[in-house]
Amino acid sequence: MIESTRSYLDQSPEVQARFAKIRSRDKILQVRHLSKSFKTPQGQIEALRDVSFDVHRREFVCIVGASGCGKSTLARILAGLDVQTQGEMLLDGQPVTGPGHDRGMVFQGYSLFPWLTVKHNVMFGPRMSGQGRGEAESRAREWLALVGLEKFADAYPHQLSGGMRQRVAIARALANQPRILLMDEPFGALDAQTRARMQTHLLDIWRNVDVTVVFITHDLDEAIYLADRILVLKPHPGRVQEFIEVPVPRPRSLAQWSGEEFRATKQRLEASIDPERPTQAADDEPTAEHLPMIRMTDVHDSVE
Amino acid sequence: MEQASVEPGPAVAVRAKAWRWPRPSRASLMTLGSFLLPLLVWCAVSYVPFIWHPKVAVEAPGGVDYFQPGMLVDRDEYAQQVEAMRAQHLAPPQGHPANPIYLPAPHEVARALFTAFTTAPEQRDAPWLHESLWHSIQVIFWGFVISSLIGVPLGIAAGHFTTVGRLTEPFNEFFRYLPAPAFGALAVAVLGIYDGPKIAIIVIGTFFQQVLIVANTTRKLEATLVEASRTLGAKGWSLIAHVVVPGILPDLYRDQRVLLGWAWTYLIVAELIGTSSGITFFITQQARYQHFENVYAAIIIIGVIGFGSDLLLGRLGRWLFPWDRSRDGR
Repeated sequence: MIESTRSYLDQSPEVQARFAKIRSRDKILQVRHLSKSFKTPQGQIEALRDVSFDVHRREFVCIVGASGCGKSTLARILAGLDVQTQGEMLLDGQPVTGPGHDRGMVFQGYSLFPWLTVKHNVMFGPRMSGQGRGEAESRAREWLALVGLEKFADAYPHQLSGGMRQRVAIARALANQPRILLMDEPFGALDAQTRARMQTHLLDIWRNVDVTVVFITHDLDEAIYLADRILVLKPHPGRVQEFIEVPVPRPRSLAQWSGEEFRATKQRLEASIDPERPTQAADDEPTAEHLPMIRMTDVHDSVE
Repeated sequence: MEQASVEPGPAVAVRAKAWRWPRPSRASLMTLGSFLLPLLVWCAVSYVPFIWHPKVAVEAPGGVDYFQPGMLVDRDEYAQQVEAMRAQHLAPPQGHPANPIYLPAPHEVARALFTAFTTAPEQRDAPWLHESLWHSIQVIFWGFVISSLIGVPLGIAAGHFTTVGRLTEPFNEFFRYLPAPAFGALAVAVLGIYDGPKIAIIVIGTFFQQVLIVANTTRKLEATLVEASRTLGAKGWSLIAHVVVPGILPDLYRDQRVLLGWAWTYLIVAELIGTSSGITFFITQQARYQHFENVYAAIIIIGVIGFGSDLLLGRLGRWLFPWDRSRDGR
């Protein structure tokens, strides 16, 4: 990649104005000194240590970090599926515990209920909160139309492709009208083309729905393409490395991927996540240079 | 895994495919073969005179005093008598190789399969074969229903709630090793000599396995589904009713099919307890009169009913659970 001469801190006036606008909005989510440790047969493991950050209303925040930085644990705590050891989170200024309607979640794996049709999957949340069948159904149709799947309302999840299933999962989470949409590597299992389409699609949805997105990913390009701000976590234990503003202007397009701001941001993220490849033993993947190499094929049968 | 496609085509195609009648394939030929092979062995043993046939059926006694036409004697004894008659210059006996009476030939059993339903029982007040069968089916049915009514909910609770699981499973593990027939005498003392103790044996034999198997199936439900439903607001009873139960239903159905087969295996022992009844009564009665072809016929009928009902339930399962991707070939 060509070295970018720009800094990720250089923001065009429009981008500066946009961030000023974001900062002027209420803080919808405040995470205060969050820590989490697990007890395992190997002993106590500290997954998160003193994580604090704020998210403004209708902001798109991505959380990135090397494997083991606890980003999925953080998402699970935010969703209320895990309980933090210390610290608290405030939603609209109120402390929250346990799962709730105010936080929707989209998982990486296919979390759709296989025994329900697409429509009934989307109706699940509203039905659980006591909405009538008719109302829930008409609402479900609207959400399905939003993700472009109204034609598949009566199909079963196993009849859909991977990308379509994740669109249903998004519609299902949004049908509950959450304040925050948590997404834990939702496009990780998709092929590259589908993933790119889903990213654009997600931005379209986010633009049209009053929702704040907290998006977990390990794909830096994805994070830069989607996010207003990127929270970088460092591993062992998971701590906040930095919280950077993405200088790429909106609306975003795939053409920006080779742009100056994009490359500068990516360089910054790469340096931030992987400062000269730390030799921490906890990262048990050997680096490419040090892989033991044994020739398993004929000496003359060379490919390079 | 799947192709990304926005066209409605694939979904429709998948649905149409699921309903197409299966054409005879290699697999179904193998299924047929798996039944034909044992039948072939049986035919060979029955119809090829030099395979086994340890007896000789006497056709004419010749000079042997105690031989009767139709009598089965050991091959060695027959040979001795032939030698003896030769030595005494008497007429040697005539006979052909035969199998023992307890191994009838396939055609005899086939005939018995038909006549068992059309001939009256030898004892005047004894039940007909179809009556015996119906009685057996009722015993199985009630045993299985009673076991399931308690076992399935308890299994789901044990699988879903760690506390219930820890509280019930060690005892279940212990109890399932106790052979159900061991409770026969006790069951008779408590429940009398008629159908009560028989049903009880089937319940005891099925229930403890059932709780453990259902609990295991419940635990295998994908955690993501439960978590997704919790983020959507499901909790407590509605979580069980709307997520856990429908989520495990296809597997639970499969478990129940296996357990029903299990219940059948307890039937014969159960029916020997107290007053012998049902198909077991028929079998013991026929064996007493040495009508072994009827015994085989009855055993085959049990197999056909068991296997047939399982096939039917399998088909029904496919129809009931169109979303189930892990369904087996049957």
